[in-house]
Amino acid sequence: MENPMPSDRIPLKLNAVGLSKKDYDGAASTLCKGCGHNSISSQIVQVGYELNLRPHEIIKLSGIGCSSKSPAYFLGMSHGFNALHGRMPSVATGALLANHTLKAIGVSGDGDTGSIGMGQFKHLMRRNVRMVYIVENNGVYGLTKGQFSATAEEGLELKYAGQNEFPPVDLCMEAIIAGAGFVARSFAGDAKQVRELIKAALSFRGTAVLDIISPCVTFNNEDDSPKSYGYGTKNEKPLHELGFIPFAKEIQIEPMEPGELRTVKLHDGSLISLRNLDADYDPTNKLAALERLIRAQETGEFITGLIYYNPTRPSLAEVEELDTPLAQLSPEQLRPGREKLEQFLQAYR
Amino acid sequence: MSVLERQQEAGHATRSPVINDFSLVVATANGTGSQTANLTLLRSFFKMGIPVHGKNIFPSNIQGLPTWYHIRVSHEGYIARKPSEILVAFNPVTAAEDIQELPAGGVCLYNADLKNLPKRDDLVFYPIPVSELIAGVDVPVKRKPYIANMAYVGVVAWMLGVPLEVVEEALGAQFGYRQKLVESNLQVVRRAHEWASQNLRKQDPYRLEPMNKTEGLIIMTGNEAGALGAVFGGVSVAAWYPITPSTSFMDALREFLPKLRKDENGKPTYTVIQAEDELAAAGMVMGAGWAGARALTSTSGPGISLMAEFVSYGYFAEIPAVIWDIQRVGPSTGLPTRTSQGDVSFAYTLGHGDTKHPVLFPSSIEESFEFGWKSLDLAEVLQTPVFVLSDLDLGMNNWMGRPFDYPTEPLQRGKVLSATELEALGGFARYKDVDGDGIPYRTLPGTPHPLAAYFTRGSGHNEQAQYSERAEDYERLMARLARKFDTARNLVPAPAIEQHPSARVGIIAYGTTRYAIEEARDRLAQQLPTSFLRLRALPINQAVRDFVAAHERVYVIELNRDGQLHGILQNEMPEYATRLRSVAHLDGLPLTAEWVKTRLLSEEAGL
Repeated sequence: MENPMPSDRIPLKLNAVGLSKKDYDGAASTLCKGCGHNSISSQIVQVGYELNLRPHEIIKLSGIGCSSKSPAYFLGMSHGFNALHGRMPSVATGALLANHTLKAIGVSGDGDTGSIGMGQFKHLMRRNVRMVYIVENNGVYGLTKGQFSATAEEGLELKYAGQNEFPPVDLCMEAIIAGAGFVARSFAGDAKQVRELIKAALSFRGTAVLDIISPCVTFNNEDDSPKSYGYGTKNEKPLHELGFIPFAKEIQIEPMEPGELRTVKLHDGSLISLRNLDADYDPTNKLAALERLIRAQETGEFITGLIYYNPTRPSLAEVEELDTPLAQLSPEQLRPGREKLEQFLQAYR
Repeated sequence: MSVLERQQEAGHATRSPVINDFSLVVATANGTGSQTANLTLLRSFFKMGIPVHGKNIFPSNIQGLPTWYHIRVSHEGYIARKPSEILVAFNPVTAAEDIQELPAGGVCLYNADLKNLPKRDDLVFYPIPVSELIAGVDVPVKRKPYIANMAYVGVVAWMLGVPLEVVEEALGAQFGYRQKLVESNLQVVRRAHEWASQNLRKQDPYRLEPMNKTEGLIIMTGNEAGALGAVFGGVSVAAWYPITPSTSFMDALREFLPKLRKDENGKPTYTVIQAEDELAAAGMVMGAGWAGARALTSTSGPGISLMAEFVSYGYFAEIPAVIWDIQRVGPSTGLPTRTSQGDVSFAYTLGHGDTKHPVLFPSSIEESFEFGWKSLDLAEVLQTPVFVLSDLDLGMNNWMGRPFDYPTEPLQRGKVLSATELEALGGFARYKDVDGDGIPYRTLPGTPHPLAAYFTRGSGHNEQAQYSERAEDYERLMARLARKFDTARNLVPAPAIEQHPSARVGIIAYGTTRYAIEEARDRLAQQLPTSFLRLRALPINQAVRDFVAAHERVYVIELNRDGQLHGILQNEMPEYATRLRSVAHLDGLPLTAEWVKTRLLSEEAGL
């Protein structure tokens, strides 16, 4: 059953909107046991519960692929749209133009985003559609049994696909260049960081991109593959320690110093605390962010945390000056009066 | 030979006058600003009360290639394309060929700066000394080429007897009554007119006389009319990618919406997004329709192919969407500025798996307006993508029409359940046929009820919208979609039928071919009386079947090579497959009455 009733039979701990954690569940996952995607789904459930989200105010969208099946497995009381391969961004854009008061969580994969959907992904960010865009990145096509995706590392060898001869696309770099103002990378195994990043991303007023390395337990879990569990736990280099404090008081942002705790204010007034671990790293500096990503790529590491943050761009709904959600206009707002038509046609006589 | 000598030699002065019944073609080079002059002529004739229609026959080009603007006037009200008797030769590249194409007794007004024009003794020639006429006119140098076109407006006005005050009024309307522009253009018109009256002697029989046949009418392009219809149909999200000949649809929408659809606080109740491609445009429309906004896109054939995957999805997941296809010729680039009815079978079944879509066929600006709002109702009532198949001829050309009727019925939003209704019902099944019409109930994202949500997917699903690959679930779903399509048969615009009491022959056609067909039917009234069914939408209903049943032979006339509608009708009515005969043709130009007449007669003779 995908539409569970809010449970009031069993005494469960309820959050501020009267829902239990179970109320944020979806259908049972049909993905492989141990798939990184499932742990991301469970963090979305946890975030919904902890942030007291009202499920009907959320839409969840996806493209095609293993990752894109996952919206069925969380937030069963939210409307879902499992779109076409690589085309979730356009559907999300349309849905959020129709109702910009909805919160959108999009889930995509590395093939869905980095190959077939690269164009729509870039244009989503260029328009700054307000949504959380999660890429469950495993460098491999699971549903079609293990072909390389565009994020697979050069030289990687897989049983089915042989050797990958092309360099990987770095989705965080692509996101930064396309104008996304919230770009983060994490590791599906790091539940706390994933959770805190999703929380922060939800309050970002624009496209928030989370590239989450989510190892494929079936087709791409060779220990020397950077997108395997073994590699991830050994090589993960957190950029910041994150702690999310909803609705706290505004704190002034100071220039980053090595080792300093930095608090970034988000649009709804909530704050995100960042522990700066790199002495020379500033997440508000676009060039530095790109440089850090390029360096990490060269050394075969993946850095995690909020890599780039810039809240200054208006979202698409703001650019379009949307007020009453277009899906909720009255018949009078939708159809001008009879006299308006007569008047208008005068110029064509 | 001097101009005057040549005229005298032609010696047509004795021919009896031809009043309000001829075609005129203006041949210019693309990008020289002749469109303003041409529309000024068109509007002038219209303001004289004479039925008129203009067609721009132009190449895919920004500047330099030849373009022809055809204006037909007809006191009988016929506005189909017809070869021209009068030529305004302003394009040095095509002038020779254009002159050769004139029928004997025709008239050629030519830019006197053109050299080496062919001589024909059976034509009347009038020179227009353009350089002389625009010398000293007070306009910036870069506007000189534009203003030069006003010279032929003045000489044509002299030749046909168009009062200068009518030209002035038409110019005013053309320039939005910006006085300075009107004045500088009018200056050239007056000079040319005066020069002609002093230096030329009328040798041809063609004249215009005022009538009252355009009183109360408007003049507009089909794309403008369709966009205006959408504005009154409550379109709120429009997404598109530029493609000729649909671009002017969105241009009109973007012009009209700010004038008509700001709310009481001056905020827009709409948004228009230029997408990165047609695929994204279709995706945005699907997303918006799913979330409850009235959404449309406009495109042409090549764009339709990119939209195929989403249209297929929309059919299967049952999402409202309106797609305007302003048809042009051919695959790929084809003939992008030429007209056709070539996307009929493609649009009707666009998709993978078993898919069928309602397709509306506007034939006039009145119907473009009507289908503009009606298509948005139909899409939401039927919860499915709806096509409106216009064409370049209708979309980009100016047509006369009655002022549009205000929508006759209130907005129909379809079966959408509110939180209160969900509470009373105790939930719902998204894809269940509750009412027996094949149309299920839906909810919109944001509906504040724990049972409102459902999961939309292109994968197999059961009545509860749950993932399913069960054989019986798929078959039942597809059977219901077929039932829904049957419901659509009587919801889409009904055909317009002119039943002739004694006709054994019927004609079925759709869209803009009607004008050539109507004229041909009148000309054949004695020789070959016909009934006429003008199809206004697919799928067909019983009236179409009855019409075919009532005639021995039914010719399906259309502007494509393979007789696409003919094929569809044969499929829908296999019992009449041999009674339906295809009369199809495509060369990129609108049909002429002469072609229709000749083809029908030869078909009948060949029996």
